[in-house]
Amino acid sequence: MILWQTLRFAVGGLAANKVRSALTMLGVLIGVASVILLLAVGNGSSVAVKDSITSLGTNSLTVSSGSAAGGARAASSVKKLTVADAKALANDADPAAIKSVAPVVTTTGTALYGNISYSPGSIVGTYPAYFETSNQKVAKGEYFTNDDVLGSRKVAVLGATTAKQLFDAEDPVGKQIVLGGTPFTVVGVLQAKGGSGFTDPDDVVIAPLPTVQNAFTGFGTVNQILVQAASADSTTAAQSEITRVLLASHAIADPSKADFRITNQASLLTARESTTKTFTVLLGAVAAISLLVGGIGITNIMLVTVTERTREIGIRKALGAPRAVILGQFLTESTLLSVIGAGLGVAAGMVGSHFSIVGIKPVVIPESVLGAFGIAVAIGLFFGSYPANRAASLRPIDALRHE
Amino acid sequence: MRHVIDKRVPATPVPVIRIRRLTKSYGHGDATVHALRGPDDPETGAPQGVSLDIEQGDFVAVMGSSGSGKSTLMNILGCLDVPTSGRYLLDGVDVGHLDEQQLSLVRNRKIGFVFQSFNLIPRTTALAQVELPLAYAGVRAAERRRRALAALSLVGLGERSGHKPNQLSGGQQQRVAVARALVTAPAMLLADEPTGNLDSRSTEEVLALIDGLNATGRTVVLITHEDEVARHAKRVLRLVDGQIVSDVRQAPVEGPPPALRDLGVPA
Repeated sequence: MILWQTLRFAVGGLAANKVRSALTMLGVLIGVASVILLLAVGNGSSVAVKDSITSLGTNSLTVSSGSAAGGARAASSVKKLTVADAKALANDADPAAIKSVAPVVTTTGTALYGNISYSPGSIVGTYPAYFETSNQKVAKGEYFTNDDVLGSRKVAVLGATTAKQLFDAEDPVGKQIVLGGTPFTVVGVLQAKGGSGFTDPDDVVIAPLPTVQNAFTGFGTVNQILVQAASADSTTAAQSEITRVLLASHAIADPSKADFRITNQASLLTARESTTKTFTVLLGAVAAISLLVGGIGITNIMLVTVTERTREIGIRKALGAPRAVILGQFLTESTLLSVIGAGLGVAAGMVGSHFSIVGIKPVVIPESVLGAFGIAVAIGLFFGSYPANRAASLRPIDALRHE
Repeated sequence: MRHVIDKRVPATPVPVIRIRRLTKSYGHGDATVHALRGPDDPETGAPQGVSLDIEQGDFVAVMGSSGSGKSTLMNILGCLDVPTSGRYLLDGVDVGHLDEQQLSLVRNRKIGFVFQSFNLIPRTTALAQVELPLAYAGVRAAERRRRALAALSLVGLGERSGHKPNQLSGGQQQRVAVARALVTAPAMLLADEPTGNLDSRSTEEVLALIDGLNATGRTVVLITHEDEVARHAKRVLRLVDGQIVSDVRQAPVEGPPPALRDLGVPA
């Protein structure tokens, strides 16, 4: 009864100053919407990073040459990785930990098709195991095979971007392109992975290792050896197997003097995640400040309201309104401001998160919606309590005399 | 149907108001102003304070020029302000010992206010205005509405219960205020220059209402500076500089107020 009455008076009070109430709500609205939206952007970028890293394959390990300690060792003493190392890994390592091994050479060159000339981001020479390890799926045609590798056949699989640049709408499968003066037959086109960051993973030409070595790099060293662990859980086991085998084949006794590096995607993932987490926290802090400013806006407007209605408070007290009723009335008013503002803010945040912001697709965190709404309502109560308390503790005679 | 106005008279008439040696002063030291002082002590010269009894059913007009202390007296009688010293018993209860919570109860149950400037709550319908003291008293919605409507029809505004203050004339607003003051059946109606802002016709309407309320047994304390208004009272007090300088009885406590007696209304 009293509750309903209080609510009605609160709505009436807010409606009496529509513009003022609307502007105060706008403050809360912006605060809540920015909390939801900025956290969604932070979360969205984190999700994007995670996706792009998992698309590389979480159970893949990359072995590259060079000392783990950086440039401390003389360059001459660093033994480059070779196809022999890859073979050693494939033959000697525990098959329970390592599923497949693919040596990789990377180079650049110009591809020609008809009168179209295009320089793909990279030309990769490898074994068929590379496709599975690096999570590359073929969209059209097929992968090259081990026979192609053994026969050094001049076949190539194109990344989606390269295919589009060279062939546009044409079907590339079966067509001939010229790479660095050597004609290659396109056997397949990979699915687009979508890029994050500066390098486009789809801008690539992949061909059998000996073919690329023959045409570009020569039969010396390889840039990387891509190893696929048996599962995502066995990457650590795989890593120690690789270390053991390569130390033996490079004849190095001290593991700390290893002349190769092993990076795994999982560690990359953690590093990237912690970066995006910092980013999210930073965005959240900015948004929280705007929510706080919205709350101060409520205090401000409620103080004005209390001053404006001092006489009314006096009348109510003369009619026997207990302190709690006056307190309740103004608290209800400020809470109503924050609840409506926060509700609209949630709506605005939800709508806003459907648009991509600076290239990031926001992913709303459900907790942030509840949290922002809850905090906004609490702010309404907290920041409204000072003006409401002031109203409630006015002496009736002072309030009645107020002009 | 039960009537909104309580006609019961207590078996042993306790004075509705009993004040003893009441003073009210503002400021400190040399700058002290005694709004209520009463006669000075013949020996020390200190103010002795105002003492006054008002009987159940009486109709008292408090007169005086501005600054005479009549508004201060009214605020203290209405529990809106607290005296500097002295005792105030309202309906036998010592008000000086009550806390804020209990004072709001006293204002709600025992006192009905009518102000010079109407003091209606803006943007609120006449019905809601009259319901308000009942709402604070915790009366249920249906009962509240019934009693508020009865009070409004008593002041002749039953048809205008949905009007807001800015849709009512001054006289109508004051009648709403009277309805609001009497709806809780208080022990005492306190009217602070209720006709000060009204034209002569509205003044007559409002005074007739107050006369009628007094005739049915309600104690009325009315503050005014107009002799015309004071003529309606059974007893007239004059205040000068915080002292009661004259106390004239115009009609007995029992029986109708003078204005109605002149019209030949039986006691």
